[in-house]
Amino acid sequence: MIEFDHVSKHYPGGHEALTDLSLEIRHGELLVLAGHSGAGKSTLLKLIAALEAPTAGRVLVNGLDVGRMRRSQVPYLRRSLGLVMQEHRLLMDRTVFDNVMLPLLISSQPPSDAAKRVRVALERVGLTEFERAMPMTLSGGEQQRVAIARAIVNRPSILIADEPTAHLDPAYAREIAALFRSFHAAGVTLILATHDDTLYSPYGARRVELAHGKLLS
Amino acid sequence: MSAHVMALKQALRRLGGKPVSTLLSALVIAIALTLPALGYVLVDNVASLARGISGKPEISVFLNNDVPAERVKAIETALRANPQVAALRFVPRDEALKQLAARGGFADVTGALADNPLPDAFILDPRDDSPTSFEALRKQIGAIPEVAQTQLDSEWVERLHAIIALARSTTLLLASLLGAALIIVTFNTIRLQILTQRHEISVKLLLGATRNYVRRPFLYFGLLQGLLGGLLAWALVVALLVVMAPQIEALAQRYSIVLSIGGPALWQGVVLCAFAALLGWLGAAISVRRHLHDGLMID
Repeated sequence: MIEFDHVSKHYPGGHEALTDLSLEIRHGELLVLAGHSGAGKSTLLKLIAALEAPTAGRVLVNGLDVGRMRRSQVPYLRRSLGLVMQEHRLLMDRTVFDNVMLPLLISSQPPSDAAKRVRVALERVGLTEFERAMPMTLSGGEQQRVAIARAIVNRPSILIADEPTAHLDPAYAREIAALFRSFHAAGVTLILATHDDTLYSPYGARRVELAHGKLLS
Repeated sequence: MSAHVMALKQALRRLGGKPVSTLLSALVIAIALTLPALGYVLVDNVASLARGISGKPEISVFLNNDVPAERVKAIETALRANPQVAALRFVPRDEALKQLAARGGFADVTGALADNPLPDAFILDPRDDSPTSFEALRKQIGAIPEVAQTQLDSEWVERLHAIIALARSTTLLLASLLGAALIIVTFNTIRLQILTQRHEISVKLLLGATRNYVRRPFLYFGLLQGLLGGLLAWALVVALLVVMAPQIEALAQRYSIVLSIGGPALWQGVVLCAFAALLGWLGAAISVRRHLHDGLMID
C-alpha cells in the first residue's frame, strides 16, 4: 500500500508542486492521475520512487517512510518498483535485449535465469523478434514498449508510469494502455499520470485529479 | 564477487573501446612515472659509481715510531677482534717506505734519507660506513696510547652521503609531483567519462543501481589505466637504460672502473606498476566522489 500523509513539496524559488496532499493507494489498484501540466502529477510519482523528497508530510510505500529512508536503502526501493517515464530513457547503444536485461544485472540475477526473464518480458510486450534490434531502429511505440518490458522484468508489485503515451499517436497509445491494463489484471498496483484518462477510466480505474498541487477529487 | 567481475569487464571494454585515447592517456602516465623511476635507478648507479672511484671508505691508523713488535702484534689482534672492523691490513714501516720509493719522483728522496721516518700503520675498513659510526670508531682507536694519528675519509663520506641524499630527495619530490599529475590525469579522464555517460548512469540509478554499482567500473578503469601506464613506464626505463648504459660504462672505464649498469629489478618493476595502479585508483576515486551523486545524475 502507498500512503501520502499531508505531503507538501516546494521547490527552490518558491514553486509549490504539492500542497498538503493526502492519498491512499491500495494494493492491486489502478489509479489514474489526471490534471493540467504542472498540476503535480510527476512530482507525486517521483516522491513514490524517492526521486524527490517531500518538504513536509510522509510518503509511505509498503510501510516504509520514503522521505526518511537512508540513502543506501533507496536503490532497493527502486528495484521493487517498475518505472516508466515520459521519455523512455533507453540506452541507444545497447540492443533491446540488453536494455531489458539492465535491471536484472543491477540486482545481480543469475545470467541464465535473467535471459529467460528478459525473453518473457519481451514476449509480454510483443517484441520477441526485436531482441537484437537497436532501439534507434524502432518506432516510438515500440521504444516505449521496450521501456515497459524493462520496467516489468523484475516482476514489480507496483508499476508507475508518467505520461507513457504522451508522444504516441492514438493507435500506439491504445496499444500501450491495453498492455498496462493487462498488468493490472495480473494483480500489479498501477499508478499512471496521463492527460488521456479515457484510456483507463472505462476499465475500473480510480481517477484522481490534481490542480495546482492540490487534490480535487 | 560477480558484481566486481562485471565492473572489471566493463572497465576493460571502456579501455578497449577507445584504444588510441587509452594509449595516449597511458603514455602520459608512463612519461610522468618514467622520470622519477629513471632518476631512482640512476641515483643507485651514481652511488655505486662514487664508491668505485674512491674505493671503500677506510681509516688509516699510524703508530708511534718506537712501538715494539710484540705490542704492534697485540694492537693488531685487538683491532681484528673489534666488531666494528670489517677488514684490517698491516703496513710495516719498511713496506711503506718501499711503496713511497716506488712512486714516481720519490725514489731519490727516500734514498737520501738516513733513517726510515715512516711509522707502522694499519688500514682498516669499518663495518658500518655511516659518518657517525666512522667517527666513533676513530675515537675508540685514537684512545690506544701507541696510536700517533688516525686519518679518515669522514668528510668525503659525509659529502657523498649528502649528494646521494639530495639526489634521493629530488627523485622523491619529482615522484610526488608527477604522481600528483597522474592523479589529475585520471581525475580528468573519469570526469569526462562521467559526463559522456551521464545518461546511462541516470538510467541505472533510476532502475535501482547502488552508488557502488555505478562507481565500481570507474574505479577499475582508473586502476587499469594506472597499471597500463606503470607497465609502459617500466618498459621505457629499461629502454632508456639500454641506450644510456654503454655511455655511462664508457665514462666509468675512463676512470679505470668496471661498471655494469643494470635495469630495475623485477620487484622494482612490480612496485612501480602497483604504485601507478594505486594512483590511478585514487584519481578515479576522487573524481567519482566529486562528480557522481544522485542529485546531479537523476533529473
